[in-house]
Amino acid sequence: MKKVLLLCFLLISSVAIMAQGYKVGDSAEDFKLKNIDGKHISLSDYSDAKGFVVIFTCNHCPYAVAYEDRIIDFDKKYKKKGFPVIAINPNDPAVVPGDSFEGMQKRAKEKGFTFPYLFDAKQEVYKNFGATKTPHVYVLSKDKSKLTVEYIGTIDNNYKDASKVSTRYLEDAVNSLLMNKKPEVTYTKAIGCSIKTKG
Amino acid sequence: MMMKQRLFYLLIVLISISLNGNSQDFKTMDYEALKPSFHQQNDTTYVINFWAMWCKPCVEELPEFEHIRKSYENKKVKILLVSLDFGSNVKERLTKFLKKKNINAEVVILDDPDSNAWIGKVDQSWDGALPATVVYKKENRKFFAGKITYSELAETIDNFNR
Repeated sequence: MKKVLLLCFLLISSVAIMAQGYKVGDSAEDFKLKNIDGKHISLSDYSDAKGFVVIFTCNHCPYAVAYEDRIIDFDKKYKKKGFPVIAINPNDPAVVPGDSFEGMQKRAKEKGFTFPYLFDAKQEVYKNFGATKTPHVYVLSKDKSKLTVEYIGTIDNNYKDASKVSTRYLEDAVNSLLMNKKPEVTYTKAIGCSIKTKG
Repeated sequence: MMMKQRLFYLLIVLISISLNGNSQDFKTMDYEALKPSFHQQNDTTYVINFWAMWCKPCVEELPEFEHIRKSYENKKVKILLVSLDFGSNVKERLTKFLKKKNINAEVVILDDPDSNAWIGKVDQSWDGALPATVVYKKENRKFFAGKITYSELAETIDNFNR
């Protein structure tokens, strides 16, 4: 009997481990991470924001690179509407040297990032979110201090060629939120580079 | 005149041979064209791996697939490496890369940038992070997200053929 109970407990806990990370509709926790300018940033610093577009991205991944210009354009357009981009590099530079803090500073400067580019040095924030790859997008809405996950997935339907995009999942989701509506599409999948950890 | 013409043809043949030597002709396909590879109903066990040259864990595990290919050479096991590489001279770069790494399994290029439309068809649980591997024989199927080892592959293949 004890063995059965133990087995049940193990099963339940393994399911709980697998279910880690946010789903659409979950409330999200704030975080505090170091930006490329050396200052620490939290979502609570943005008192005027209506929400956030949290993008796990990095320097080395070709999919992340393919989306850099589109992320900059998005931020320019939507920051003033109340949905700023917050980019986070979740990778361990011991595994991918190109994704070091210095590498992030360099890449942000080269590309002229208009948004904060934060370093998840302890690799805790991406785990909380449940991000698995770069780029991986989470749209959060904000009601007073409560953050709610509204969309998880990809930016659009063509990683290769911005001019051939026909569906803009991220813009559609944020446009809906700006009209006080729930996004029609709340979850999409995309090819990406797995997040790099030592474990 | 005849001589000159012959020389001319010889030259063309030589040029085309040397061009072929530079880059293998990988099949480039969209998901619809690749799809039948996931639903073969014969006695072969298929190992299909999604990878790319720039993907570090993918490159690290390539020798595992090559090892499987060799040790199951006379058994009904087929390895298919689905490359998601894109950009300029991709075929040429792939040829060089595979030669350098001594990888001889079949490689196809999947060029289907609307990935939300097909990732879930490969496996419901896959969200698109590379690498990923499907092992199947008829209706028996197992999906692996992330890096895989020789022993995991061998165990799965052996289980399907017990």
